[in-house]
Amino acid sequence: MLPSLVPLLPTENDWITFDIPSLIQNFWSATFDGLTFGAIYALVALGYTLVYGVLNLINFAHSEVFIVGCYAVFFTLSSLGFGPSAPRLDIWAIILNLLLALVLAMVASAVTAFLLERIAYKPLRQRNAPRLVFLITAIGASFTIQYLIYLWRGPSPELALTMFRPTPIFDVFGTIVDSQQLVIIIAAVIMMVGIDRFISKSRTGRGIRAVAQDPDTATLMGVNKERIIITTFVIGGLLAGAAALFYVMKIPSGVQYSGGFVLGIKAFAAAVLGGIGNVRGALLGGLLLGLIGNYGQILLGNSQWTDVVAFVVLVLVLLLRPEGILGTSLGRSKA
Amino acid sequence: MSMTDGPTPLQTAAAEQAAEDREASSKAPGRSSLRPQGKRKSGYFSDRWHALSRQQQWAFLVVVVVLAYMLPLINPPIITTEPGNNFALACFDMARFALIAVGLNIVVGYAGLLDLGYVAFFAVGSYVAAMLTSPDSPYLHIPYLWTLPVAMAVTMFFGVMLGVPTLRLRGDYLAIVTLGFGEIIRILATIIPAMKGQVGFQNVGHPPGDGADGTPIFSNSNGVPWYWLTLTIIIIVTLLVGNLERSRVGRAWIAIREDEDAAEIMGVPTFKYKVWAFAIGAAVGGLSGALFAGQVGFVNNQKFDVTTSILFLAAVVLGGAGNKVGAILGGALVSYIPLRFTAIAEYKYLIFGIALVLIMIFRSQGLLPARQRLLAYGRTALNKVTSRDATETKDMDKPPAGPDARAAGQRGAEA
Repeated sequence: MLPSLVPLLPTENDWITFDIPSLIQNFWSATFDGLTFGAIYALVALGYTLVYGVLNLINFAHSEVFIVGCYAVFFTLSSLGFGPSAPRLDIWAIILNLLLALVLAMVASAVTAFLLERIAYKPLRQRNAPRLVFLITAIGASFTIQYLIYLWRGPSPELALTMFRPTPIFDVFGTIVDSQQLVIIIAAVIMMVGIDRFISKSRTGRGIRAVAQDPDTATLMGVNKERIIITTFVIGGLLAGAAALFYVMKIPSGVQYSGGFVLGIKAFAAAVLGGIGNVRGALLGGLLLGLIGNYGQILLGNSQWTDVVAFVVLVLVLLLRPEGILGTSLGRSKA
Repeated sequence: MSMTDGPTPLQTAAAEQAAEDREASSKAPGRSSLRPQGKRKSGYFSDRWHALSRQQQWAFLVVVVVLAYMLPLINPPIITTEPGNNFALACFDMARFALIAVGLNIVVGYAGLLDLGYVAFFAVGSYVAAMLTSPDSPYLHIPYLWTLPVAMAVTMFFGVMLGVPTLRLRGDYLAIVTLGFGEIIRILATIIPAMKGQVGFQNVGHPPGDGADGTPIFSNSNGVPWYWLTLTIIIIVTLLVGNLERSRVGRAWIAIREDEDAAEIMGVPTFKYKVWAFAIGAAVGGLSGALFAGQVGFVNNQKFDVTTSILFLAAVVLGGAGNKVGAILGGALVSYIPLRFTAIAEYKYLIFGIALVLIMIFRSQGLLPARQRLLAYGRTALNKVTSRDATETKDMDKPPAGPDARAAGQRGAEA
């Protein structure tokens, strides 16, 4: 009927292919790898979730807070003598070095988040600016930091550093779990649990929840709103710094001026998936998104599909359950 | 009941109340989006413009339009981007940015929705034009000019696809979803074989017509005809958008921008109009993408960085969100500055990133602030209001005269 229209439909081999045998074969390794990525997403997602919970603002510049942490890790480790090949240090020296890098990255990210809040957001808050103004400022700030790094370090990724050689720890269903995956997942989960305890038990955490619930009433009850907001940004920065160390550990070649951007979107998608404004939701969403992304990547046969899959998940969550899996906001989560 | 003394005190009270309200609203800190506070702070140029008579405005516009058309031929000495960049091509680039800014202004400026992935629609438009005209693509081929409406339709479809899930929610989600979409389009162009990744499509079509020497008029190296085509499209689109702005749709958009909840309560179907704004904005983006593909003649995945979206946003915000003339000016400036001052071209992203933050902190209304006047009634109503403001104190004690005022007085009495 319409012969000329037929070639508009792509043929099977130049469209998407589903490689199910490969997924079955690599299922467990994809699972552990996915959980590792998911732990990193979750840590970054917490920064989005906390700020969103308190200020109702998507802090677009959070991905740059994270990438500053990555650069801090890179510079710390390269000045400590780490290079592309695995270092010949004993295990305790490596742990000490990594802890130092962790602390410095957390400080760098937290300082970035702090400055960001003071310079970009505080003037707007004082003026009681509309949300659109906040969002545009956030994206502008993100852009500014990104291109400051670009002008300083250039477009190419930094030299890949190896922190330690992953050693097999145990195997599950014939798949080896190595020390790197274990370190990242365990450390991330410990931090998440710590933050959860902090938010639900400590005095400051109670303040954060109060401001998230109702800023005006919280102020009337004697909560220092400005201090709570700063604390929230700094906590987000600290976690992003920690995520930066694990990210550089997992993807050594990822230290690049634009490296935070896609990770930021994925982390945000994770936060929305778990329920934005919900601390436990960030952990759940991060781990789930890591798994989904990894399965999708193996199923579709190209590592770049991870990003697409994460995006599709975000849109689907918004379509089907916009409040996320766990759904409750920071303000309403139980004490 | 007499008409003369009944309404008077009420009216005085109402007038006082109104004056107080105006005063209060001019003092109240930042309630409305992106725009200046207070009554008539819409800028010096805007005031001057509205002081002119209709004929003077038209005469002025004709001169501006003629000058705009002549721009690449005059090639004015200080303004020119040569040496370094061909001025006619620079003009086309400015026009392209201006068109994009007009489209994005519908989304960001009128409806107050933040679209951070506008380049994605631009890319979709480019790919539609390329895949339907380039000899490199195995698909259906149609004449280039037909790809413009097709590109608009396809991008509109994408706009609706993306808008329907996200626009039911608060505007913030739209920002992150569009940001993601901007990146995803580039990735999809890379990994889907049909879109040919970095190899791309060469020899994208162009409008028909050959010059005297047999070469096509719309060649890749000659910016002048492309500039004229784009300028004509800008004028048409601006007129159409201006009509929309003054219509029910435009009023709905502005109501949504100012306060979505209030608009919803007043019976504005906010979701419908948000999707409309998003889809129309997307269509204009697709149109400019198709024009770009035609002029450059080559489309691949490297041309649609999500960072370009931020330049587009900077164009709208710089010019003045909600003001179409401002959007054109902003678009042209964002394109012009790096082309003219090639020394700072490398820093353009940084410059416009900083500019976004600074504009938002210090002058959120942009260069040309949006008209905050009574859009619904146009200038006549405005004149009535301004003249009443001026004479209000004098006429306060007199009974209202004329049928309109009488009716108003009666309404006041009934209230």
